[in-house]
Amino acid sequence: MSNMIDFSIHQLRELLSRREISSVELTRQYLDRINEVDGRVGAYITVTPDHALDMAEAADRRIGRGEDIHPLTGIPVAVKDVLCTRGIRTTCASRMLENFVPPYSATVVSRLETQGAVMLGKVNMDEFAMGSSTENSAFHPTRNPWNLEYIPGGSSGGSAAAVAARLCAGSIGSDTGGSIRQPGSHCGVVGMKPTYGRVSRYGLVAFASSLDQVGPLARNVTDCAILLQAISGYDPADSTSAPREVPDYTGALRPGLNGMVVGLPREYFISGLDPEVEDAVRRGVSILESQGAEVVEISLPHTEYAVAAYYIVAPAEASSNLSRYDGVKYGLRAPEYNNLLEMYKKTRSMGFGPEVKTRIMLGTYSLSSGYYDAYYKKASQVRTLITEDFRDAFRKCDVIAAPTAPSPAFRLGEKSNDPLQLYLSDIFTIPVNLAGLPGMSVPVGMSSDGLPIGLQLMSGHFQEEKLLAAAYNIELEAGLEGQLPDL
Amino acid sequence: MKITRSETEHVAGLARLSFERQEIEDITGRLNEVLEYMEKLEELDTSGVEPMTHSLELTNAFRDDEVKPSLPNEEALANAPEKENQAFVVPRII
Repeated sequence: MSNMIDFSIHQLRELLSRREISSVELTRQYLDRINEVDGRVGAYITVTPDHALDMAEAADRRIGRGEDIHPLTGIPVAVKDVLCTRGIRTTCASRMLENFVPPYSATVVSRLETQGAVMLGKVNMDEFAMGSSTENSAFHPTRNPWNLEYIPGGSSGGSAAAVAARLCAGSIGSDTGGSIRQPGSHCGVVGMKPTYGRVSRYGLVAFASSLDQVGPLARNVTDCAILLQAISGYDPADSTSAPREVPDYTGALRPGLNGMVVGLPREYFISGLDPEVEDAVRRGVSILESQGAEVVEISLPHTEYAVAAYYIVAPAEASSNLSRYDGVKYGLRAPEYNNLLEMYKKTRSMGFGPEVKTRIMLGTYSLSSGYYDAYYKKASQVRTLITEDFRDAFRKCDVIAAPTAPSPAFRLGEKSNDPLQLYLSDIFTIPVNLAGLPGMSVPVGMSSDGLPIGLQLMSGHFQEEKLLAAAYNIELEAGLEGQLPDL
Repeated sequence: MKITRSETEHVAGLARLSFERQEIEDITGRLNEVLEYMEKLEELDTSGVEPMTHSLELTNAFRDDEVKPSLPNEEALANAPEKENQAFVVPRII
């Protein structure tokens, strides 16, 4: 079979299990396509062909024996280069970690391995996951597969572009302020940020520990549910992972939404929202309605303060987390210095890119003596208000529907010199992280320029099934099936 | 202006970063733009609002104090920029 890369995960599962194809053949087709296409897209930082083919052979043996077969056994996936992979370099798209080879794997990576998934390689991102365009990678930018002049979104831009360009069957990203959902929206793929605590953060290189969460990016909602299932669950190695049962996520995927109440937050439909995005999102909402959901207007009154609160909280946590890069235990060390302090300063100034330095400075300033109350404490109080907004809203509705991003993808270089403009493009995705809630982006339309538009769904803590159900129903009726970027 | 050049230099010292003269100008400008935007939060009266540092109501995750396997010395040192005799090498401190 020559077109295996066109099949989605649940279709491949059947073909593999019936032994109509082998994981080795499938993996080879992906590796060939990466060779052929990724020079233009730039989704991967490190491709691991030998490792992938070893994993594929092992998966084929498992399938041959008919033992220990999981939904992802033999399926080729890509992993954001922010998750540690034992023996395979993990760079965080930073010069600081350019040659870092972790001695252990992130729990998410171990889970995928145990279930027999095949890792094709590590994909690109904004340095240390700080950014919304993947232009902040220290190595190279990633381009949007739908139009190579445009950014794929970020920070999980490599994960989203790899899925859209069929350079993997599915991928793993991380989301601190929208870094799975926004690139998902811009690349026309499904992306989910699970509830804080749903997925282990052990081995995820920390950016902002109270906001970071690992999650899947996929070609469709069913594949997203399969990937979420594979990575979810309590992990004793992450004390913030939740000791809760994991439901059967694919079981939530059924046509019809009778009994579901969908809230439309008026603060998300504001001037500045691209009219094509608004039209597409409203079309998505009418699909939810035609599938049986009741639509009500709601209010999330503190939405306009979320960006300011986030850009205090996240850099504050980052400035603390990134203090570990001191040139001693791993990572870069400056070649010349006269004393310890100079070694720290030279190492960090060489190793970090401009955006990472800006955020470390911002965080250090807001936590410094005399400013703590005015910035960090104030932002943490606003975080409470934003969380209470959601609590009130979920008394009236099950799921909130909104745009994922205020506009489709922008051109490479268009916003890279204007940090504030770029920060404001995260306005619709940030509140969910501050409140620790699950959020999801599902493709809902295309702009007149041929760029994808996503609809965002949000729900209460550990209510991922409701998101999947709503997204599944949008996908059934959105009429986007079979639309692929031309590469 | 929220932050001056010399405050930027002070914060850079705290963050163990160093900048060239022109970089200090640039970063002071960027920080000011962002910090001025943060003033928006002052519109909100937050007196009596409990600060939130975490979204889950988790308490301390206790476990039994049992010895478990840890990284062998060799692997723990594998990524060290400089090492000697099973230890990290750092510049002289005292």
